[in-house]
Amino acid sequence: MNTMTVTVNGEPRELPVGSTVADLVALLGLKASQVAVERNREIVRRAEHASTLLVDGDRLEVVTFFGGG
Amino acid sequence: MTLVDQPLLLGKYSFQSRLFLGTGKYPSMESMVESLAMSGTQCVTVAVRRMQLGVPDGKTLLDYLPRDKYVLLPNTAGCFDADHAIRTARLGRELGIGDLVKLEVLGDPQTLLPDPIGTLEAAKVLVKEGFVVLCYTSDDPVLAKRLEDVGVTSVMPAGAPIGSGQGILNPNNLRIILERTKVPVIVDAGVGTASDVAIAFELGAHGVLLNTGVALAKDPVRMARAMKAAAEAGRDAFLAGRIGKKLYASASSPTSGIIAGE
Repeated sequence: MNTMTVTVNGEPRELPVGSTVADLVALLGLKASQVAVERNREIVRRAEHASTLLVDGDRLEVVTFFGGG
Repeated sequence: MTLVDQPLLLGKYSFQSRLFLGTGKYPSMESMVESLAMSGTQCVTVAVRRMQLGVPDGKTLLDYLPRDKYVLLPNTAGCFDADHAIRTARLGRELGIGDLVKLEVLGDPQTLLPDPIGTLEAAKVLVKEGFVVLCYTSDDPVLAKRLEDVGVTSVMPAGAPIGSGQGILNPNNLRIILERTKVPVIVDAGVGTASDVAIAFELGAHGVLLNTGVALAKDPVRMARAMKAAAEAGRDAFLAGRIGKKLYASASSPTSGIIAGE
């Protein structure tokens, strides 16, 4: 299987070529409703997770809410 | 007789409680949940942070914050430039909880004082993008006015540095901000104890946001109750209109009809 490397929250991660944002969220064991995703500094809307293909070198931020003031 | 107060209006949001609480630094989630409930707050701040990957799936903060009880106010805490704060605000909105943001653009990690230039830049962008911007700022009346001019929904002057517990260090600046600013003013940061909250409201603040003062108190739930009582007392005192301060005494008992002396 061909793989590519993307950076998720600062860490490199191998994914199969052709993976989408939705695939990544599922692979991480997360629920889409719990996270927000930024790809190369642009928000990827939840509705577009399944249609957004990742490419080698993409930089992703996957965030949620934590306690804060 | 019932004494009613107007709700605090922030954009399309309306709050009966004028106390805003943070959700950080509590000794436990249970302590946070109880403290928030005890404070009577209807709006709580949350931080946007990287999901910890590889950690077993557990409860997230959202599981402890029922949406029918609390409006969530994502912050941009920890952002030291406008771009970072803008991206964080967008991520907070994407988490699907609305268009409120507590904008913070900080100057440096030691003081956590706001960077006034970055704050103004980020405020402009976020207002244009349709955010309801509640804007953390220093107690500078000129900057408060400039932020109002670019369309923020509320200015949030710091009483003292974040988490310092020093109270309202410059009540005169706060009074000037309150006199000259038309948008609601929410005192944010610096609250150490209940009297700080009372003082802010007595000066005319429209709201107070606090976190550390409750979360790190020895008994957070009891302190939450104290803060609630102080907010109500201070707000009532403001609405009631305090007496002026005078140098000399003014007798409370009648000065005539006093029985004869020797």
